[in-house]
Amino acid sequence: MSNIEIRNVSLVYDTPSGSVQAVDDASLNIAASEFLCIVGPSGCGKSTLLNLIAGFLAATSGEIKIGGMPVTGHGMDRGVVFQDFAQLFPWRTALGNVAFGLEMKGVSKEEREKIALDHLALVRLEKFAHSYPHHLSGGMQQRVAIARALAYNPSVLLMDEPFAALDALTRDAMQRLVAEVWRATRKTVVYVTHNVAEAVYLADRVVVMTPHPGRVKIEVPITLPRPRDPLSVEFLQCQKDLLRHLGSEMVAPGEPEICKDGATQP
Amino acid sequence: MTASPERRRTIRAGITLLAAAALYEAVAQSGLFPAVLVPTLPKVGRTLIALLSDGTLLWHAFYTLVRVMLGFVLAILVGVPLGILMARLRSVENFVMPLASALMPIPSLAWVPVFILWFGLGDTVTILIVFYAALFPTLLNTWTGVRTVNPLWLRAAGAMGAGEGALFWKVIIPGASPFIITGLRQAFLRSWIAVVGAEMLAASDWGLGWVIFDAKEFLNADVMMASLAVIGGIGYAFERLVFGSLERVTVLRWGMVRAAIEHRRPAARPLPSRA
Repeated sequence: MSNIEIRNVSLVYDTPSGSVQAVDDASLNIAASEFLCIVGPSGCGKSTLLNLIAGFLAATSGEIKIGGMPVTGHGMDRGVVFQDFAQLFPWRTALGNVAFGLEMKGVSKEEREKIALDHLALVRLEKFAHSYPHHLSGGMQQRVAIARALAYNPSVLLMDEPFAALDALTRDAMQRLVAEVWRATRKTVVYVTHNVAEAVYLADRVVVMTPHPGRVKIEVPITLPRPRDPLSVEFLQCQKDLLRHLGSEMVAPGEPEICKDGATQP
Repeated sequence: MTASPERRRTIRAGITLLAAAALYEAVAQSGLFPAVLVPTLPKVGRTLIALLSDGTLLWHAFYTLVRVMLGFVLAILVGVPLGILMARLRSVENFVMPLASALMPIPSLAWVPVFILWFGLGDTVTILIVFYAALFPTLLNTWTGVRTVNPLWLRAAGAMGAGEGALFWKVIIPGASPFIITGLRQAFLRSWIAVVGAEMLAASDWGLGWVIFDAKEFLNADVMMASLAVIGGIGYAFERLVFGSLERVTVLRWGMVRAAIEHRRPAARPLPSRA
């Protein structure tokens, strides 16, 4: 698995109403097989930073290296999972979707279907291999998307609020699944979320970003043993710490209650 | 008694056609119009069977169908790639769009006299007229379809290493397919309208349009009606067998378009939204 180095990366968007500093001088080192969460309020540049790592956007200045290689565009060393359920190809079955990357690599049909089926099993959807996405629930579609991003064996998995559009119960199950998948595959994961509990549940380290301009405010290691118990005192303490870092950015002083509710149940 | 949806659809289509036929027959029998101009259905039926069984009408239909298919396929071969290029490349769009906008409103039949001057009577003119009529629905629908392709599909495919060729065949074409199929449908209908008109003016000896036009000279209203019935029958068969099937095995199956309410699947999902 590869490490990721982000050195003094900035991105300025040109909009009709002037230029916007989406990411300002961000520097991060992400170790191989580390699970890194980026949290922050809307507009803090966390998705932009992920898109820069993915190679969908080019930095205005600074440099990103994955496994020592500079990022110049999207590449097959990275798998990407988006928030939108519509990311799956509706004209392909779950299996066909998962096999897409392998097909692009030129893997034979028999071989890629076997690998795709293994990855569907990883997200416990092997029974739905031949279903089309419109027959699957939102949570199942996101699981197919995760299997699809992993199937061609990238060293890095990038996830952009993959469960934000799911209901709370499904989201909990998805988080357990992601933790399991990460333990099984040991990918380097960069996971963007605005859900503090999710970050504490999943991450080795949480990066808090602040908006206008998008900056890395602080990095918080989460050292709780896995699997984590979201109801334990230590877990809640971690959440509180993170919220405190976020809180000064998200609410006016004297309204801490709103901050907590807003951050834990977005 | 429970009939399958397919069977019920056929029955319903039959009822519609029967009602229309009954209305026509009532007018024909009423004596309001001369029988020679408005022949009764039994007379049209007998003529139809006679012309079909001696093969003449089949040959005419065959000639017309060949012209339609040649013009239609030519329009697909030009319209689909050009529509995709227009949607992908601004320069192509800038070049083609003004031309298309100016040519589109010109009825294809208005070109027939011009084409006859250029190419003489015969198949070239009819095929080109069909091509002209079928080109614009194909072009415009493909163009629109490609522009509605979800950018997330392109991004996801790109992230998985898809090159231009794979993007084209495995993402853009299937992604735009609901529109492309609609375009083909419209183009096929326009093709028939165009071919019959073109044959009336430009064909010699063969083709359903020519038969209709020729029958007028001899006041053979029953022959005209029989030819119209053949055109309607072919159109119906194509819609059911070709376009209907194409839709069922592709965009309907993929959930990219939904069947009318009767077949709708119960589990409706909220539309995905991007925060």
